[in-house]
Amino acid sequence: MKVDRRFFLKSSGLAMLGLGFAPGFLSRAVAARTAANKKILLAIFQRGGADGLSMVPPVGDPEYYALRPTLAIARPGAGDGAALKLDDTFGLHPALSSLTPFYEAGALAIIHAVGSPKPTRSHFDAQDFMEGGIPGALAPDGWLNRALQAEAARNSSAFRAVALQSNLPRSLFGSAPAVAMGSVAEFKLRTGRLSEAGTRSFEALYASAVDVALRNTGNETFEALRLLEKSKLDGMPEEHGANYPNSPLGRRLKDVARLIRADIGLEVAATDCGGWDTHVGQGAAQGQLAERLKELGDSLAAFAVDLGDRMADVCVVTMTEFGRTVRENGNRGTDHGTASVMMVLGGGVRGRRVIGQWRGLREPNLFEGRDLAMATDFRAVLSEVLGSHLGISRLGPVFPDFDGAKAPLRLFSA
Amino acid sequence: MMYRTFWFLTSALLAATFGCASNRAPLPVPSPTGASIALPAVKWTEQQQANHVLNRLAYGPSPDDLELIQRMGVAAWIDRQLHPDWIPDDAVTLKLRALPTLTLSTAELYARFPPIQVQARLAGLNPANSDDRETLLQAIPKEDLPRQIPIELVAAKLIRAVESKRQLEEVLVDFWFNHFNVSVDKGQVKWMVTSYERDAIRPHVFGTFRELLGATAHHPAMLFYLDNWQSSRELPDAKQGRARPGARMGLNENYARELLELHTMGVNGGYTQKDVREVARCFTGWTIDMPRYIGDFVYRDRMHDKNSKIVLGTFIAPGGGQDDGERILDHLAAHPSTARFIATKLIRKFVSDEPPVSLVDKVARVFLDTGGHLPSVYAAIFTSPEFWSDRAYAAKTKTPLEYAVSAVRALGGTTSGEAPFAGAIDRMGEPLYRSQPPTGFPESAEAWVNAGALVSRINFGLALAANRVPGTKVDVLRYVKPAQSSDERVKALATAILGRAPEESTRKKLGEAVASASGEGAHGQQRPADPMILAGLLLGSPEFQKQ
Repeated sequence: MKVDRRFFLKSSGLAMLGLGFAPGFLSRAVAARTAANKKILLAIFQRGGADGLSMVPPVGDPEYYALRPTLAIARPGAGDGAALKLDDTFGLHPALSSLTPFYEAGALAIIHAVGSPKPTRSHFDAQDFMEGGIPGALAPDGWLNRALQAEAARNSSAFRAVALQSNLPRSLFGSAPAVAMGSVAEFKLRTGRLSEAGTRSFEALYASAVDVALRNTGNETFEALRLLEKSKLDGMPEEHGANYPNSPLGRRLKDVARLIRADIGLEVAATDCGGWDTHVGQGAAQGQLAERLKELGDSLAAFAVDLGDRMADVCVVTMTEFGRTVRENGNRGTDHGTASVMMVLGGGVRGRRVIGQWRGLREPNLFEGRDLAMATDFRAVLSEVLGSHLGISRLGPVFPDFDGAKAPLRLFSA
Repeated sequence: MMYRTFWFLTSALLAATFGCASNRAPLPVPSPTGASIALPAVKWTEQQQANHVLNRLAYGPSPDDLELIQRMGVAAWIDRQLHPDWIPDDAVTLKLRALPTLTLSTAELYARFPPIQVQARLAGLNPANSDDRETLLQAIPKEDLPRQIPIELVAAKLIRAVESKRQLEEVLVDFWFNHFNVSVDKGQVKWMVTSYERDAIRPHVFGTFRELLGATAHHPAMLFYLDNWQSSRELPDAKQGRARPGARMGLNENYARELLELHTMGVNGGYTQKDVREVARCFTGWTIDMPRYIGDFVYRDRMHDKNSKIVLGTFIAPGGGQDDGERILDHLAAHPSTARFIATKLIRKFVSDEPPVSLVDKVARVFLDTGGHLPSVYAAIFTSPEFWSDRAYAAKTKTPLEYAVSAVRALGGTTSGEAPFAGAIDRMGEPLYRSQPPTGFPESAEAWVNAGALVSRINFGLALAANRVPGTKVDVLRYVKPAQSSDERVKALATAILGRAPEESTRKKLGEAVASASGEGAHGQQRPADPMILAGLLLGSPEFQKQ
């Protein structure tokens, strides 16, 4: 299909951005930043190792086209399927075109060559280390949960931390309560004739459960059920003509937006999207990877449009466990690599920038002669998101042995 | 052979006895080996021993298996489970005949359920056009769509898990499938996964680890899932990153990495990135014959990298062929890291989320001493003091599959494995055959104990007890008598479902909840507790989440 930017803007309900109107949430962002405890963070994990060199291709790096003969994204202006220009070095994958208005408006920042100082090419370990927030070691709890623990006092809502997926991600493992649910619609007890009495007796059974994990989960569950029932957000329609893709990520972000609009104390939301492990037939402007990117970009754009002014208080951060080999492999795919790309979208973001030192793709500059080397530690991004956006002051316990202040990225306006 | 005849007769008798509930005479069940396994001394009651074994080696206690253990003893029951050939399973075999795809080869499945793209082409429609696709999906009868393959596979899994007499075999097939995970959601795997479980996993779960490893390594489902079918020797110019236009030759390291990390040595087993590449080179040429029409393993010499390799310090001489890969599998299957990795994973499955180091040492040694003879490895675990320790009892949380199946078994139920049952397991977080990453579903409970999953479990328990899960039937009334008081019913049902009489406080809580829902009888007095509601509460209770 031909990717037509104008068509795309219209279909995303974003036409006004294309016509040069700054979204309201940007102008109000600074004023809203005083009330730090209303801030919300959405963390999206791209599971499988997303190829940062296709998401945000280094179109100004001559090596790129030599290393990726069939997978490279064409230089901006090279016709259909060309990258969208970000700056002299980087372009944006055309399937992410619904994010360009946000980039142009300064609400989206991209961090390139971001990764872990102790890289591994194991999905399993790399995800665990990143979600645990401690490179090279398996933490018992997750970085998001430790962030919530650090400021436990300020919010006791059962929906303070929510994962929109049926399993809790490792980033939310830990002592601070967190709810995981496949969808808002599914999160309901069907007690039939038992009705309230049933709910009450389950609650009592779990309150006295011997197993600590079950007891805690039970407490969180019943509190959340009560709160959700009161808020009546099941079926709440999206606003401002937001057009979510009918896909798992689209549905999940629609639910996150509902939870935000219901004002029930959401502070941290997390969700996954999969399908990034493109060993074979990755595709370039179109194909496997492009479809995943389109779902990601369209979902994020719809989310931001849906929330409107509320987006001033919301920050979305995307991450992935590793990037992929700089050279394409023999199957028009890429194997497990090292550094990749993170995105930060939202109110207060100092966007319209691709952040991070770019050493180029010449072989001596590659990690082990094959991967994009890490220039920015992923914790630098996450600690600014937690510190500057969520206003969490004690980051020591969240990222031990890491001091983000040494090389600040200044992702947010002061 | 001799005992097979003997067992045929005994099994006919057994089947006759179980067929009729009112006519159960105690029947001595001798162990055909004579030498049954020896269990360590344990202070538990017989009921506790039976519960523990059925929770770990089976999908939870069922009335039939409890009775069998009562009659033959725990040790003999375990011994028989380690020898599934001794256990007749005719009722399940018969039931599975309703699922014709189970016996078809991959090529037959392609012929019977052509991919949508192929059907579109035959109908002169464009599969890339969403309208054309929709038209086609409307026109093809549901049972002729490729998705019928996983539907039947899921149904078979659930039927076997609930009803098979060879419970340990079913638990092991699930364990090893998950260890050597493939997902039906990746490309052609959907047509290959029926054969994968039937031909590569199931026949080898009581064999050696090397056999199992070899069977998965050769199977097209694995070759496709981890991309090895496309991996070939590097072309000289591909090394410079300039693959010839149109060429698809080159190395793909996906399978090699997961073979080392997930199937054998474990991530800290002591291999390097260099080893991953070298292993990948050894497996070049292990591919699939016409993956979209035939789907059989084939070795293609012209794809194979003939140069020498050094894997984990072992030199592999130039000029080799398919045997390069076989040598890697030999080496890995006998590696001490593999022994520890597999021992740890099995102990986590059967004993505790935190495997005791003493037991890992012992079981790893058995693995190495017996050449990876899996029944010896299992027996070492089942006869260990750690397995029979108080710390292990009811210490694990059931996975979604274990929870759902154990609920049906606790209520003496049967299933056709239809969609509503499978759908409930999806909502609990682990959709069968659809774990996307090669790690399979996670092994420890943290991943699946959460609010949404708990709500789904409670909802399933309530629906099941009320017989509101289409295709799956339970018999709650077998546990209560009409004249029983509410308290007696609570006691009887709790004993049946939880395996022991509940504490006073729990009994009171249950009684109160049921009282308010049961309402008043014709003369204003309280009706006795509705057993279906009561069973629903018990299935959703925290105790029933444990095993």
